Amino acid sequence: MTTTTKNNTLDSILSQVSSGSSFSDLRKSSRDFLEKNGLPAIKEEEYKFTAITKKLENSISDFSFAKKASLNNEIIQSHMFGGFEGDLLVFNNGFFEKELSTISNNGYTLSLISDAKPELLGKIAATEKDPFVALNNISFGDGIYLKVSKNQKVEKPILFLFLNQSNDGQVINSRILIEVEDNAEVTFLEDSVSLDGKTYFSNMVTEIKVGQNSQVHYNRLQNESKNAITVNNTETDIHRDAVFTSVVISLSGDMVRNNLSLNLLDSGCEGNMYGLYLLNGKTHVDNHTNVDHTKPHAQSNELYKGVLADSSRGVFNGKIFVRQDAQKTNAFQQNNNILLSEDAIVNTKPQLEIWADDVKCSHGCTTGQLDEEALFYLRARGLGKEQARGMLLYAFTGEVMDHISDEAFQNHIVNIVQNRLGSNF
Amino acid sequence: MSKDNKILEELTSKDYEHGWSVNLEADEAPIGLNEDIIRWISAKKEEPEWLLEWRLKAFNNWLTMTEPVWANVHYPKIDLQGLRYYSAPKKSNKPKSLDEIDPELLQIYERLGINLNEQKRLQGIAVDAVLDSVSVGTTFKETLSKLGIIFCSFSEAVHEHPELVKKYLGSVVPMTDNYYAALNSAVFSDGSFCYIPTGVRCPMELSTYFRINAANTGQFERTLIIADEGSYVSYLEGCTAPQRDENQLHAAVVEIYAAKNAEVKYSTVQNWYPGDKSGKGGIYNFVTKRGICAGDHSKISWTQVETGSAVTWKYPSCILKGDYSIGEFYSVAVTNNYQQADTGTKMIHIGKNTRSRIVSKGISAGRSQNSYRGQVQVMKRASNARNFSQCDSLLMGDRCGAHTFPYIDIQNPTAKVEHEATTSKIGEDQLFYCNQRGISTEDAVALIVNGYAKEVLNQLPMEFAVEAQKLLALTLEGSVG
Repeated sequence: MTTTTKNNTLDSILSQVSSGSSFSDLRKSSRDFLEKNGLPAIKEEEYKFTAITKKLENSISDFSFAKKASLNNEIIQSHMFGGFEGDLLVFNNGFFEKELSTISNNGYTLSLISDAKPELLGKIAATEKDPFVALNNISFGDGIYLKVSKNQKVEKPILFLFLNQSNDGQVINSRILIEVEDNAEVTFLEDSVSLDGKTYFSNMVTEIKVGQNSQVHYNRLQNESKNAITVNNTETDIHRDAVFTSVVISLSGDMVRNNLSLNLLDSGCEGNMYGLYLLNGKTHVDNHTNVDHTKPHAQSNELYKGVLADSSRGVFNGKIFVRQDAQKTNAFQQNNNILLSEDAIVNTKPQLEIWADDVKCSHGCTTGQLDEEALFYLRARGLGKEQARGMLLYAFTGEVMDHISDEAFQNHIVNIVQNRLGSNF
Repeated sequence: MSKDNKILEELTSKDYEHGWSVNLEADEAPIGLNEDIIRWISAKKEEPEWLLEWRLKAFNNWLTMTEPVWANVHYPKIDLQGLRYYSAPKKSNKPKSLDEIDPELLQIYERLGINLNEQKRLQGIAVDAVLDSVSVGTTFKETLSKLGIIFCSFSEAVHEHPELVKKYLGSVVPMTDNYYAALNSAVFSDGSFCYIPTGVRCPMELSTYFRINAANTGQFERTLIIADEGSYVSYLEGCTAPQRDENQLHAAVVEIYAAKNAEVKYSTVQNWYPGDKSGKGGIYNFVTKRGICAGDHSKISWTQVETGSAVTWKYPSCILKGDYSIGEFYSVAVTNNYQQADTGTKMIHIGKNTRSRIVSKGISAGRSQNSYRGQVQVMKRASNARNFSQCDSLLMGDRCGAHTFPYIDIQNPTAKVEHEATTSKIGEDQLFYCNQRGISTEDAVALIVNGYAKEVLNQLPMEFAVEAQKLLALTLEGSVG
């Protein structure tokens, strides 16, 4: 491509990566890819509405990798939500903190990527798909490799708690690889917290393999500081008769970009994606989802909802591919947005690409405002304007939050949302 | 499977009805594209200096542009230097009336089922017939001029109404708009011009019939429709081309201007040669069509039935600038064999209380690819904008594709925008229901497809609706087993 997509951000990050011995092939091919393509410019279709490269250049003058911050149990407990029962894995600026984590190893095994050197790494999230995957490939220090063994049901949820802070560097590279073997079941929770209000750039890649007949739930909360720039790539390979469900709740940040890809690799598998973006201030959240139906008799569901206040911006792009072999596919996609202010913007592009004829695919997309009649109904029954509005918005967002599969986590998120909407009564 | 094959075979063996060509003595520009060619075309048409300058400016703009590649279509690069940019049937003098038109030309149009003889025609449609680069005749001119309506070829308008052409040319589709619009601005040959004065309701349908006859020629026509305050016009466009092995380029521009309270209805039945069953030949149809609802309470409605072309790249759009203005887009796009269509619309809401409606029905069969690409944009000051979009796709056969790329960009909290899309095939239960009642599978398919497209076909003027229904039946007869 042209030199215009090359930029200082990339150069200064690349200059700091020492060519480590581990995963040299992956790192090399990623470096080649980035040197050729650069970070995405706004001209590129995939980043048309999210000028992330420009944002990085304007917000961070001098790039270097963040070091571990000083953490202790008290700090961690202050960022935990109540009622949590399960295993807690703490990440300090992307680095796994074994001593501060609670690991039961009950039904799963956990190791550092640098120790286990899993074959699977970099195989699920393809380098060419997104420049930020390539960037993570060359710059991640270490990450974790979590493996759920065959026929295991992990009873309690596993929480990934990311504590982020710009510390002697602003770039945080987190890497997670999850391999769920056949007939297993597990629930993951993910919470990202900013320890202070300083600007940082978190570039995270999560790769998930869902083995035959397994069930995986992944619930993610993004509620970082108003100066946090986040790019998140999650790519999932779903095998025969397996079910994968993702819930992404985005509540705060400066600019957040989520790439979520579900590869439905065999018959009978199911992919569900639920998303909520409740934004205010200048927060910009961009959700790009991608479902690839490659084999017959698979189904996918998608529901993303957005509430946009102040001068926030919500971007949604949902792609559904139905390949020629994927007959009898059922794919459903819906995106609903409510704009609350004159300055809020929504850009949505629900995209269907279908090469098989015996399929049922549909998508719906709406943008509007609260129903005046419903507001009047509530106000006629004695609710204040704010309260009535909050109640209706809560009902609108509730449809997504219902899918969070852990009760304590759900309560935690519902609380934040209700406080934000002024409907906490 | 064998039945499917049989039916597919049957379908693909259907010949293109209008594939013949006539050997006409023609006045042609040399092959190639440069400033001299543009001067040559301009001189040939005895154009005023300002128009030549406008063309040259467009050409120089075009030189800086690159071909768009974002559309979901694939075709070999077009050698624009290998084309002829002007071809006109030779004639000694300009015909003063229809009686003086070369009978050979009249025959061409008769073979197409279009009779330029006013007496023999059904009352109620005025036709401007365009062959290759020039307009060969316009009917009912006198009847229309009594009402003050100007309906003539573009070159005639340049000479007789230069002030109108100068004012509106390029006002809706600027010469810098896109690659093909710029190319058209530089080399456009002829087209139709239509002006409806204030308060006049045009009593008949106005229509242009485009025909490409010559080989190796690109057709670059330009249509300009101006509806002044409170006027109404319904405009039809039809097109065919001979069956040739090489691909031919058609890059037209249509501009519509609707003033306060004016209404323009534009209907197209596009039946360019789609290429043969192995995808050889056919027209590349790269068209820019745009209307502006400039005044309050104005309305522009696009209706299109797309059955032809090897590659279609076409997005009839509405700029809803006036308050309370309305934009509509109704489309049926049918692709078969190796055809590729990337078509849709843009609705740009700028004025307050503007409304738009999009109904798009795609049908793909054979190995064709059919894409809907649309944009609904609500600008910041466009309060209470309302949009409803529906785009459905019907797939016939497992080798074809249907794609939907809707862009929805909203910057105003009072906007209400809805979009829905479905993709499906004709249900076995639907066919069974018909079979059970004694309707053969073929008839049932025709029935279901017609029902599926009805919402759009209903928007067409009566005569066109009949043609469109026939076309649909012809292309899709028995395409599902």
